[in-house]
Amino acid sequence: MIAFDYIRPADETAALQAATERPGARFIAGGTNLLDLMKLGIERPRHLVDIGALDLREVTETPGGGLRIGALVTNAALAAHPLVRQRYPVLSQAILAGASGQLRNKATTAGNLLQRTRCYFFYDPASPCNKREPGAGCSAIGGFNRIMAILGTSAHCIASHPSDMAVAMRVLDARVETRLPDGQTGSHTLEALYRLPGETPHVDHRLAPGELITAVVLPPPPARQQSYRKVRDRASYAFALVSVAAVVSVEEERITEAALAFGGVGPMPWRNREAEALLVGQAPSAALFERCADVVLAEANGHGGNDFKVPLLRRTLVSCLTKLTGAEP
Amino acid sequence: MSWIEADSGAAVTLSVNGTRHDLKLDARVTLLDALREHLQLTGTKKGCDHGQCGACTVLVDGRRINSCLSLAVMHQADEITTIEGLGTAHKLHPLQAAFVAKDGFQCGYCTSGQICSAIGMLGEWRKGWPSHLGDHAGAASAIDAAEIRERMSGNLCRCAAYPRIVEAIEHYAIHEGADT
Repeated sequence: MIAFDYIRPADETAALQAATERPGARFIAGGTNLLDLMKLGIERPRHLVDIGALDLREVTETPGGGLRIGALVTNAALAAHPLVRQRYPVLSQAILAGASGQLRNKATTAGNLLQRTRCYFFYDPASPCNKREPGAGCSAIGGFNRIMAILGTSAHCIASHPSDMAVAMRVLDARVETRLPDGQTGSHTLEALYRLPGETPHVDHRLAPGELITAVVLPPPPARQQSYRKVRDRASYAFALVSVAAVVSVEEERITEAALAFGGVGPMPWRNREAEALLVGQAPSAALFERCADVVLAEANGHGGNDFKVPLLRRTLVSCLTKLTGAEP
Repeated sequence: MSWIEADSGAAVTLSVNGTRHDLKLDARVTLLDALREHLQLTGTKKGCDHGQCGACTVLVDGRRINSCLSLAVMHQADEITTIEGLGTAHKLHPLQAAFVAKDGFQCGYCTSGQICSAIGMLGEWRKGWPSHLGDHAGAASAIDAAEIRERMSGNLCRCAAYPRIVEAIEHYAIHEGADT
């Protein structure tokens, strides 16, 4: 780990000022991903602004019937929160499907969203990686790529986003609230927060330098049926090969609302509005769910070692929808 | 509030097992290295040093965390409990005694982390925290082996003493954990 300056400001204003006075400063919250990467020399911040003392640990109801989750609410506290368990079970389930008890006690809501890929080659400084070193090349393309993405990839990077929580946040239409160094506030959907790798896979998100996530806001709870289904190489404490977050309403034997998000398959938690629209107004059936999967996977590409993710995502989606809608398998 | 400059050494106060310690540390020193190398509390073990094995688990304000993935300088307001704060060779914590009675280890390297993690885990269970296996609002019932395995998945044992580790934790939770 290279040496860095360190400061632990007492409030947001001081944190933003600290980040401004030393350009290139990074915010650190739980540190479970950033410190890991700093030990390996993959992240090399010269200045760390520890935001652990900021007053961002509350979960409160919004006037509109949604939920405002402070950026520093731990993953464990969020998964156990009574309002989350009651109204947004898909979020609680997704968080509990990820990491370990120890990590969930430390990792924060905002930090979870900004965690970096778990691509083996990104973590291995001896292997070329465009995300770690722009222009170096991609070791996963044509190499061992079991965990890599099948959607939204580019010729420069096929890394997948590792978060379970973010998949649930995306299906719930969460927005990220921020504060900028000039005092202005920002609000971003997850689609706008993340970026696809394209030719610049080293840039994961669109936050401006010194922009601080202060909260994640959920709209009022959606349809009653929600679930998070994760498929992985072992029963606990492993990243998703594929995952499906689904929120579906069925009334009078017709699907009236549907939202779907997918983990382990894209550079960001993935969503496909066309596939969701196809379900609405229809009677649940195996044939319908297969057509939905066709749309989700229309542009999917395996890279050899992860070809299995294409049929695996299809089966996981169909199984998930069958269970949620009570359709005959 | 001011910056601690790189390579300058910071005055860091840590409260560990009820005792305050004033240290001078580089900002890079992890909580794990502060405990082992600066306070000679070597009961907490370094396994992977990347938050994957759980050998370094300690309790911070009663919550279990990986001490390898946290900087000492970030914990000056916290009360830290290590295995040395739970029991001694002459007065074992009942969970330590259960590990001995049930033979919950072979080499013993992961044991401190297993025990600190289990203490934190059982506190989470009693608060009714859910797990991947389901909701446990209230959690008035005793924990079972499947829940222990799921909730302890962040603690690896290279000797694979898992069956006895689960037995030890289950035994403690049923017989002696009620009043802790």
